[in-house]
Amino acid sequence: MIAPNRQGEVWVFAEQEDGSLHDVVLELCGKARQLADVLKVPVGAVLPGHQIRPLASKLIAHGADRVYVVEDSRLAHFQTIPYARVLCTLIEKYRPQIVLYGATPLGRDLAPRVASAIQAGMTADCTDLQISDVTDPKTKEVHRNLLLQIRPAFGGNIIATIVNYDRWPQMATVREGVMPLLPPNPSRNGEIIDEKVEIDESLLALRLIERHIEPRKVNLKSARVIVAGGGGVGSKEDFRLIHELAGAIGGAVGASRAAVDSGFIGKEHQIGQTGTTVRPALYIAAGISGAVQHRAGMEESAKIIAINIDPNAPIFSIAHYGIVGDLKKVIPMMIKALRERRR
Amino acid sequence: MPYDIVVCVKQVPDTANITAEAMKEDGTVNRAALPAIFNPEDLNALEAALEIRDRYGGTVTAISMGPPKAAEVLRDCLYRGADRVILITDRRAAASDTLATSYILAQTIRTIGRFDIVLCGRQAIDGDTAQVGPQIAEKLGIPQVTYLEKIDCIENGTARVRRNVGRGWEVVEVKLPVLFTVIGGANQPRPPAAKKVMRYKRARIPAEIEAEVKASLGQVSDEELLDAVERRKQELARQGLL
Ligand SMILES: Cc1cc2nc3c(=O)[nH]c(=O)nc-3n(C[C@H](O)[C@H](O)[C@H](O)COP(=O)(O)OP(=O)(O)OC[C@H]3O[C@@H](n4cnc5c(N)ncnc54)[C@H](O)[C@@H]3O)c2cc1C
Ligand SMILES: Cc1cc2nc3c(=O)[nH]c(=O)nc-3n(C[C@H](O)[C@H](O)[C@H](O)COP(=O)(O)OP(=O)(O)OC[C@H]3O[C@@H](n4cnc5c(N)ncnc54)[C@H](O)[C@@H]3O)c2cc1C
Repeated sequence: MIAPNRQGEVWVFAEQEDGSLHDVVLELCGKARQLADVLKVPVGAVLPGHQIRPLASKLIAHGADRVYVVEDSRLAHFQTIPYARVLCTLIEKYRPQIVLYGATPLGRDLAPRVASAIQAGMTADCTDLQISDVTDPKTKEVHRNLLLQIRPAFGGNIIATIVNYDRWPQMATVREGVMPLLPPNPSRNGEIIDEKVEIDESLLALRLIERHIEPRKVNLKSARVIVAGGGGVGSKEDFRLIHELAGAIGGAVGASRAAVDSGFIGKEHQIGQTGTTVRPALYIAAGISGAVQHRAGMEESAKIIAINIDPNAPIFSIAHYGIVGDLKKVIPMMIKALRERRR
Repeated sequence: MPYDIVVCVKQVPDTANITAEAMKEDGTVNRAALPAIFNPEDLNALEAALEIRDRYGGTVTAISMGPPKAAEVLRDCLYRGADRVILITDRRAAASDTLATSYILAQTIRTIGRFDIVLCGRQAIDGDTAQVGPQIAEKLGIPQVTYLEKIDCIENGTARVRRNVGRGWEVVEVKLPVLFTVIGGANQPRPPAAKKVMRYKRARIPAEIEAEVKASLGQVSDEELLDAVERRKQELARQGLL
C-alpha cells in the first residue's frame, strides 16, 4: 500500500496507438493542469511505448511539466501486464497523488489491474473532477484537498461523488469528450525523463494474431444524456460551458451543424439529418435554433430542455422545458446548482 | 482436453427499467423498489462457460457474492446447466468497493482449487465499473482478456479468442489459466432447461432453509427449530440440493 503524499504530482497516463496520442489524453492534460494548479504541484505524464519520444512535446504543450518516457520495443502493442508493470513501478517510485486514465477500452482494461496491484482505490468512468476539502462523516476528520470523483452509475440514473481518504494515489478513469480540449501552448517548457522498467519475456502473456480498427467515432448513440451546443454558443472558448455541463450531469457532448461549421467542435459530434440520430433520456439544447434538419436527429428524445435567448426560437415548440435566457448565464447557474445539490 | 471453468455472476437491480417511483427525493435510488435480475452480461459469461464445457468437457462452477436472495441467480445457473454453484454471503461484505469484491471472489476461486478459465461479465449494470474482472485476474496472478467476443479454439493449453477493442477487434492467443470478461452480444444465452428447473427449483442455501423452516413452523422453541432445520438440510443434501 502507498501512503498519501500531499506533495505528489497529478499524473496522466498517456495512451497512444501506433505513434499518436488518444484525444482523451490531451483533454486530461488540461484537466490535470487545472487540478495541479489548485494543489500547487506539477503535472506528470507517463508515456510507455515504442518510438514514442516525439509525443512528449505535445503532452508538454497541453499542460504537462514532466513526461516520463518508457521506451521499449516490447511495449509497442498494448498488453495489460507489461503496461501495468510500468505504471506500478513509476507510481511506487514517485508517489503521485492523483493518476488519471482515459475511460477508453484500453484504459478500463489497464487501470483496475494497476489499482489491484498497488491496492489503491479506483473510480470508473468519471465525468467531472474537482479538488475540495471533505469531512469524513464517521470520524468528523477533515481531509484537505481531496479529489472529488464524479461519475454516473446505476445505468446513468444517478450521479455519485466518490472520494478516497487513504488508499492513494487517487485514481480515476475519465470519459472521453467531457473535458474540453484546450488549445496547446507550444512555448510551454517541460522536462522529459527517460525511465527504464524491466519487462521480461514472462510478462508477455498475449500474442497478437490479427487486428482490425475502424476510424474513430464518438459514441452519442448510447448516451442517456446529451448536452448539445449550437451557433448561439458564439465561440470555441465558450463551448467549454457545454462540456462542463455535460460533465456535471454525466452526459455526452453534441452539437448543431452551425457549431461544427464554426469549428467549435468536431463533426463527429453533430446531431441531425447529416449527423447522428439520437434518442437519449434527456437532451439539453443550448443556443440551438431548432432547424428542421437538427430536429430530425433529436426530437425522439424522452425529455428535451432548450436554452435560447429568443423566445420565438422553433426549438421551444418541441421542448418539454424551455429556458429563455443567455446560455452564458444560465449554464453556469445550472452547473452550480447541480454541484451544490451533490454536497 | 477438459477444462475447469469458474464463472462470476452478480444479482443486480434492473437499472435499465427505472421508474420515477424508484427514485428517492434526494436523487438516490430506492433499491427495494427495483426487481433484482441476473446481470445481463453475466448470462453471456455463463453461456461462454457452458459452450467451452460442451465442446471440450470439464466443469462449470458459478460463484456469486451477495445477500441470501442472490441464491436466485445461482439457481438460474443450475437451470441453464452449471455443475456447481457457490454463494458468498456476509453482512461485512455489504459496502465493498471493487477492490474488496475482487479480493473476496479471488480468494473463493483459490479455495475451489483447480481452475483453467475464469469468466466474468464485462460490467455490472449497477456499479457500472467493469473493474472486478481485471482485479480478480491480478489477484490470481493470471492474464486477462477483456471484452471477449468469441472463443475460436482452445488447444495445448492456449486459447485463441477475439476481443472487442472499441473501434474494432483483435484476435489474440493466451496461455491458460486466464480470465475473460465477456460482452453482451458475444453469444445468445441458452434458456433454462425445463428438466433442470424441475430438479433444482428446490435447491437451497442454508440461510434460505432456516427462513423457510421458520415460516412453516410458526412459534416453536429454538431447539425444535434447529432440529427441523438440520433435518431439512440433511434431506436436501441427500438429494444433492444443498
Ligand atoms: C441539407 C442540409 C442538412 C443539414 N443537416 C444538419 C444536421 O445534421 N444538423 C444540424 O444541426 N443542422 C443541419 N443543417 C443546418 C440547419 O439547417 C441549421 O442551419 C443549423 O441547425 C443551425 O444551427 P444552430 O441552430 O445551432 O445555429 P443558428 O441558426 O445560428 O442559431 C443560433 C441560436 O442560438 C440562439 N442564441 C444566440 N445567442 C444565444 C445566447 N447567448 N444564449 C442562448 N441562445 C442564444 C439564437 O436565438 C438562435 O436560436 C442542415 C442543413 C441542410 C441544408
Ligand atoms: C453508484 C455506485 C458507484 C460505484 N462506483 C465505484 C467505483 O467507481 N469504484 C469502485 O471501486 N467501486 C464502486 N462502486 C462499488 C461497486 O459497485 C461494488 O464494489 C461492486 O461490488 C462491484 O462493482 P461493479 O458492480 O461495478 O461490478 P463490475 O466490475 O462492473 O462487474 C464486472 C463483473 O464482475 C463480476 N462481479 C462483480 N461483482 C460480483 C459479485 N458480487 N459476485 C459475483 N461476480 C461479480 C461479474 O461477472 C460482473 O459482470 C460503486 C457502487 C455504486 C452503487
